[in-house]
Amino acid sequence: MTQALATTSTSVSTARLSSWSLLLNNRLATAGLIILTVIGAIALLAPWLPIPNPNTTLPANRLQPILSDGHLLGTDHLGRDILSRLIWGSRVSIAVGVSATLIAALVGSLIGLVSGYARGTTDNVLMRGIDMIMAFPYILLALAIVAVLGPGLLNALYAIAIVNIPFFARNVRGITVGLASREFVDAARLSGKTHAAILFTEVLPNVLPVIVITMSTTVGWMILETAGLSFLGLGAQPPQADLGSMLGEGRRLLFTAPHVSIIPGLMIFALVMSINLLGDGVRDVLDPRLRAGDLTRPLSVTRVKRKTAPAPVEASDAILDVRGLETSFQRGRATVPAVKGVSFALRKGECMGLIGESGSGKSVTALSLLGLVASPPGVITDGTVAIEGEDVFSRSETGIRALRGAKVAYVFQDPLTTLHPLYRVGEQIAEAITAHQRIGKGEARARAIALMEQVGIRDAKDRVDAYPHEMSGGQRQRIGIAMALANDPDIIIADEPTTALDVTVQAKILDLLQNLRKERGMALLLITHDFGVVAQVCDRVAVMKDGEIVEAGETAELLRAPQHPYTQKLIACVPELGQGKAFLETVRPLFAEGKP
Amino acid sequence: MGGYILKRLAYAVPVIIGLSIIVFGIMAAIPGSTALAILGSFATPENVERVNRELGLDLPIWQQYFVWVGNILQGDFGHSYILRRPVLDEILERFSATLILAGASLILCSIFGILAGVVSAVRQFGWTDRIVTFFVLIGISTPAFWLGLLFILIFAVQLRVLPASGMYAVYGGGDLPDLLRHLILPAVTLAIVATGVIARLTRAAMLEVLRQDYVRTARAKGLDERKVIYRHAFKAALVSIIPVIGIQAGFVMGGAVYIETVFQWPGIGAMLVNAISTRDIILVQGGVLLVATTYVLINLLTDVAQALLDPRLKT
Repeated sequence: MTQALATTSTSVSTARLSSWSLLLNNRLATAGLIILTVIGAIALLAPWLPIPNPNTTLPANRLQPILSDGHLLGTDHLGRDILSRLIWGSRVSIAVGVSATLIAALVGSLIGLVSGYARGTTDNVLMRGIDMIMAFPYILLALAIVAVLGPGLLNALYAIAIVNIPFFARNVRGITVGLASREFVDAARLSGKTHAAILFTEVLPNVLPVIVITMSTTVGWMILETAGLSFLGLGAQPPQADLGSMLGEGRRLLFTAPHVSIIPGLMIFALVMSINLLGDGVRDVLDPRLRAGDLTRPLSVTRVKRKTAPAPVEASDAILDVRGLETSFQRGRATVPAVKGVSFALRKGECMGLIGESGSGKSVTALSLLGLVASPPGVITDGTVAIEGEDVFSRSETGIRALRGAKVAYVFQDPLTTLHPLYRVGEQIAEAITAHQRIGKGEARARAIALMEQVGIRDAKDRVDAYPHEMSGGQRQRIGIAMALANDPDIIIADEPTTALDVTVQAKILDLLQNLRKERGMALLLITHDFGVVAQVCDRVAVMKDGEIVEAGETAELLRAPQHPYTQKLIACVPELGQGKAFLETVRPLFAEGKP
Repeated sequence: MGGYILKRLAYAVPVIIGLSIIVFGIMAAIPGSTALAILGSFATPENVERVNRELGLDLPIWQQYFVWVGNILQGDFGHSYILRRPVLDEILERFSATLILAGASLILCSIFGILAGVVSAVRQFGWTDRIVTFFVLIGISTPAFWLGLLFILIFAVQLRVLPASGMYAVYGGGDLPDLLRHLILPAVTLAIVATGVIARLTRAAMLEVLRQDYVRTARAKGLDERKVIYRHAFKAALVSIIPVIGIQAGFVMGGAVYIETVFQWPGIGAMLVNAISTRDIILVQGGVLLVATTYVLINLLTDVAQALLDPRLKT
C-alpha cells in the first residue's frame, strides 16, 4: 500500500513537471507569466523602491507631463508622483482582485462540493439560489450590493466576490456530481469516513484542476471589475487609490492632462492581459481535451502528400481501381500509417466486401477513396485511386467534389449522427440532388419523395418533412440510402450500414441495398466486420488486418477454404442459431495463442 | 411552439419572483434608509419613527414585501425623494436610453463577433485567425471605461469627428442622425468586450461542429465548401452561439453602467451610480428590478430562438 502510494505521488509530481513544461512551451502564456511576474514583483517591492510617497501632495508641482524632471510619468492634479501612485495602485488592485477571487473560489467551491455531493433538497436549494444570482446582469448585482454596504474598497471586493461565486459553484458542482457516484467514493464511504472527510480528501483533490481553471480565467475579470467600481467612485476612497480610482480621478482632466488617466488604464490593461494569457495557458494544460489538440478544422479534401510519383493509370475494366493506397495519421511529429499499400478493383455492378475488425483500416480505406478522411490529421501518403480511368488524387478539389455523391455515393454507419439534426430529411435528400443537377426546388422535393418511396418509406409524402430525430433507426438509414441514390451513382460505398441497427432491420436494409444494386446495376463496396453479411450479399471479399489486405477472393471460395489464419478466425466468429456453448468452444482455441 | 413558449414563460415567473425577493431583501437590509433619505438633516429619532409609520416601514418585513410588490404590480414603484418625482417615470425615461445603447451594442457585437469567429475557425491557424485571436485577446483584457476615454480623446478631441458625450446635441439636433452620431462611440466601446467573447466562442463552436459526422455527410454529397460551412456547420454552431449572445446581453446591460458614466449617456446605469452616491435607495431598487427583469425576458427570448432553430429542443 505504501509502495503504491509512493509511485502515485511520483507520477503526480512528474505530471506536474510536464504541466509546467507544457505551460512554458506556450509562448503566449510564458509572455503573460513574465509580464505578470515583473508587475507583481514591482508591486510587492513598492515600500523599498526609491520612489516618492504616493500621497505627498505638492500643488506647485501639479500636472507635470511625462518624462519631466524627477517624475518619470509626471504628476497629477495634486502634484503627486504618478509612477509612485501607479505602483502603489497596482499593489492595491492586485491584492483586491486576488482576494476577491480567493473568496469567490472558497465560497463557490464549497457550495458546489456540498451541492454536488449531497444532491436532493440541499442541491436544489443551493442551485436555485445560484440561479437567482445569475439571473442578474453581471455588474448590476455588484452595484446593488455596494448600494447596501456603502461605497468603499472592501465593499467593492465583497460585491465582486459574490457575483463571481456562481461560476465556481456551477463548475465545481458539475464535476462533483460525476465524482460522487464513482467507486472510490463508495469505497471511502464503506470504510467509515465521514462525509466531510470524503469531500475534502477524496473529492476535492479531483476537483482542484477545475477550481484552478476557473480562478485563472476569472481573476482578470475581477481585477477589471473592482477597478471599474473604483472608477465609478464606488470602490477605493481617497486618499487610498487603486488603478480604477486613479483613472476615475484623472477623467476630470481628460482634456487638459490626458496622461493622468491614460497611464493607469494602460496598467490595468497590461495586468489583465498578462493574467488572461497565463490563464488560457493554464486552462490548455489542465483541460485534457484541449491538450490533445484535436480541435482542428478538417479540410474539405484529405491532404495528399505522396511519397512516390503516382503511376499512370492503366486501362482496366474496373470502374474503381485502387493501387497501393496508403493513408496515414499525423500524431505529433510522427506520421503513422493506418492503411498500408491496399490494392483492389471493383467492376461494374459487382458487390465487394471489405471485412476486418475495428481498427483494421477498412473505414479509413473507404473514406480515402474520395478524400473524406478528416485532415488534419489524415494524409494520403501513397498510391492511386482510379475512377473512370482517372486518378482521384490528381484531380482538383472541384474535380473531386464533382465525383462525390454523383459517381460515387456514401452510406454511413450511424444515421443519427450522419444526418444533419436541424434539417428536414426531405431537404437533405433534395440538397444531394441539387448539388449535381440543375433543377428547381419543387422538382427536387418531388424527386426526394420518389426516392423515399423507392427505399421503402411508407407515407413518404408526410415523412418528407420529418426531422431525423423523429424517425426510427431503420428509417433514418433508409434516408441515408435515398440520399446516396439521389444522382444514380455507379458506385455506392456503404461503411458499416447496418451496424447501428437491430438485427431484423439489418436484414431489411441489406435486402434493400441488394435489390437496388441489381435494379440499377450499381457496384457496391460494403465495409463490414460481419462475415454473415458478406456471405449474404458479396460476390467477392477482401480481408483487412492492421491496414493491409491479407486475403481476397470469391466469397464462396474464401468461405470454403480460408487460407489466412485471421480469415479463419473471422469466419469462426459468426455464430449459428442454436449452436449455444459449442460456439464458445470452437472460438476459444482460435484466440488462445498469444495470451499469458 | 406556442406550448413551448408558454412553458418557458411559466418558468420565468418564479425567477422574477426570486429576483424581487432578492432586490427587496437587499434594500431592506439598510436600516432606516428611506426615512433618513427623506428627512436628511431633520432625522431625529421621533421624525424617523413617524415617517416609518406613515410609509408602513414599521410593519413586519414580509408584509412590507407584499405591499411593495402589490404597489409595483399597480405601476407604483415609489417616489424618489431626491429627484422629487415618481420612480417609474424616472426609470422608464432612463431605461429607453439604455435600451437604445445596449441594443445597438448587442447588434454590433453579434454581427462582428460571429463574423470574426466563423472566419477565424474557417481559416484556422492562418493569418486571419491570428489577427482575430489577437484582437479578441486585447478586447477582453481592455477596461471598457478606459477605452471610452481613449475614444473620446481620439475621435472627439483630436479628430473632432464625433461628439464626446450626451445623447443629443444641446443646440439643434434631436433627430435620428444626431442620435446615431452620439451613439457610435458609446455603442462601439460597449460592444468591444462582448465581441471578443462571442468571437471566441463562435470559433470554438464552429471547430467543434466542423468535425461532426453530418458535416462529413454534407461533403460526401459533393456540396461545395461554402455550403458545407455556412449552411451545414454554421446553422449547427448557431445553436450554441445563441445562448452566448443571451449572456452577453446581460454583460452589455451591466457594462452600460460604465459607458453611460464615461459618455454621460442619460441611461439607467448612470442613474444607478448617481442614486447609490446620493443613497436614493428606492430609485436603486426600482432600477435594478427593471433591468434584472428585462434580462430574464431576454434569456427567455434566447431560449425560444434556440428552440426555433433546433427542433430537438421543442419538447
